[in-house]
Amino acid sequence: MSANALPVEPEAPVPAGAPVLEVRGVTKSFGALSVLRGIDLTLRQGEVLGLVGDNGAGKSTLVKILCGFHRPDGGELLLDGQPVSFSSVENARAYGIETVYQDLALIPQLPVYQNLFLGHEITRLGPIRFLNKGEMRKLARQYLDDINVNVPSMDAEAVDLSGGQRQAIAVARAVRAANKILLLDEPLSAMGARESRLIIDLVKDLASSGRISIIVIDHNYAHLFELCDRLNVMSGGRITLDQQVHETSIEELTELMVRPTVVSWRRCRMPVPEAAAR
Amino acid sequence: MITIALFAYFAIRAGSNFTDTLSLSSAVGFAGPYAGIAIGEVLLLVLAEIDLSAGQVFLFCPWMMYWMHQDGLPLVLAIAIALLSVCLVGAINGLITVRLNVPSFVTTLAMNFILYGVVLVASNDLQGSPIPLSGQTSFIAQFMGVWKWSEILWVIALTIILTVLLTRTRFGVRIVATGGNIVGAAEAGVPTRRVKVWCFIICSFVAGLVGIIDSIKYGTLDPGNFGVDYILYAIGACVIGGTALTGGRGTVVGAFIGAILIGVLQDGLTVIGVSTNQFFIYVGVVILIAMAVNVQFDRIIARSRSR
Repeated sequence: MSANALPVEPEAPVPAGAPVLEVRGVTKSFGALSVLRGIDLTLRQGEVLGLVGDNGAGKSTLVKILCGFHRPDGGELLLDGQPVSFSSVENARAYGIETVYQDLALIPQLPVYQNLFLGHEITRLGPIRFLNKGEMRKLARQYLDDINVNVPSMDAEAVDLSGGQRQAIAVARAVRAANKILLLDEPLSAMGARESRLIIDLVKDLASSGRISIIVIDHNYAHLFELCDRLNVMSGGRITLDQQVHETSIEELTELMVRPTVVSWRRCRMPVPEAAAR
Repeated sequence: MITIALFAYFAIRAGSNFTDTLSLSSAVGFAGPYAGIAIGEVLLLVLAEIDLSAGQVFLFCPWMMYWMHQDGLPLVLAIAIALLSVCLVGAINGLITVRLNVPSFVTTLAMNFILYGVVLVASNDLQGSPIPLSGQTSFIAQFMGVWKWSEILWVIALTIILTVLLTRTRFGVRIVATGGNIVGAAEAGVPTRRVKVWCFIICSFVAGLVGIIDSIKYGTLDPGNFGVDYILYAIGACVIGGTALTGGRGTVVGAFIGAILIGVLQDGLTVIGVSTNQFFIYVGVVILIAMAVNVQFDRIIARSRSR
């Protein structure tokens, strides 16, 4: 498993509230389309940070940069104060960053337990890396029972599961493997009430341990207000609001989303160019 | 299952004519090359890629060995260079496909023609003979293909190795993951491009290896264009064996059984006295039936699983 390739000391004491991940002026374009126009964001030890924004605000692109899937065009990432650049998802994962993607990285033709261990297979016999199927099946069953995820069988293929079950497995996979930062891109989008509850509890549990820092994207404010310590609003490729959850309200956020320009430049942590010019 | 049924049918129709060793070994003789190509090809089909050059690689590899040996290299070295050269062919197929984003259908179609041309030019359109080891009675020669059962035993051994690779190793999981959901696999940290290149190399290597055995078995090399025939039978064998061309599904054993079925069909029809020309009609019908049965079967299984 990836634990033996950790470039950072997992037990190194990081004081609660210290910045774990800092994003400074990160930009990203796809061809002529400029998606991120200078993102500044700080994730502190043990906190749950919510990212809100309209479709196309760049939330998923930001997450894909943080997890090593895309490389930023400009700006820098600091992990525990040290500049880092991730060469790949595997590389970011070696730093302890795990991700649940909006498009669910499950493989339809693989059984539940192999999906749960995808990228973290338990193997034996050295370089040939034979799968230890028995061990993986056993651990997968234990783990899914622990967190109350119901699936027909460990050998059921992902294609035969419901959307909610698939999502639960994708989240469970990342939660199981994360040891520093967990990125959740709309983890509740395909879920029923019971499954949403289950995932929210799972994430809250993980957060209360103080070990892991979490960034979560979601459109459902009720979920965000329950899960998060702090909220950042994204709009037009920038962070336009940064506030503790208890300092804001669902009404204020809704207002902000409906009329983003008026509220955002008055409350802006980082001046938008129009405001700066006055 | 279909293979066994067909085998039983021919056994009953032709009596001892079909089941005697001469005829059995000739069925296996037909099936050997198809199986040797199909068991490597199936890895690429599971990846949702295809290698159309594997049939030509099967013919090119023994030519390479023959030329090296003619130039005075010891046989072991000649075989090693021939196998290395087909691994290189596989690597080129793979790298062009993943780096230049050329569909593998096109990459390997082009490679098929290039290899065919190389053999025509270098052989000056003459047969290659004698093949080293061929016709000798030493244990090594028997083992390397002279004994009539040795080719199929090599193929069975390779089938077992590739089955283990696909179903019991991390690499196998990565093949299925890449073929089943390439974006998801990449996001989960699977190095999808590297997996593809390695599978092209493995496919070429296996086809080349069985090609060498096959050439030692028959003793001459023909510069003719049988590569296309071979690859089409091999892909047919994979399909009969339950491989979905859409990726994510397929078994090495299935491909092997599919190849045996085509061999039994080809030989069985000859033994019961049906014109060989009709063989092609039967092969086509069998492929269609096999695919239809597989698709329906999958649907029934999926339905029973989801209950």
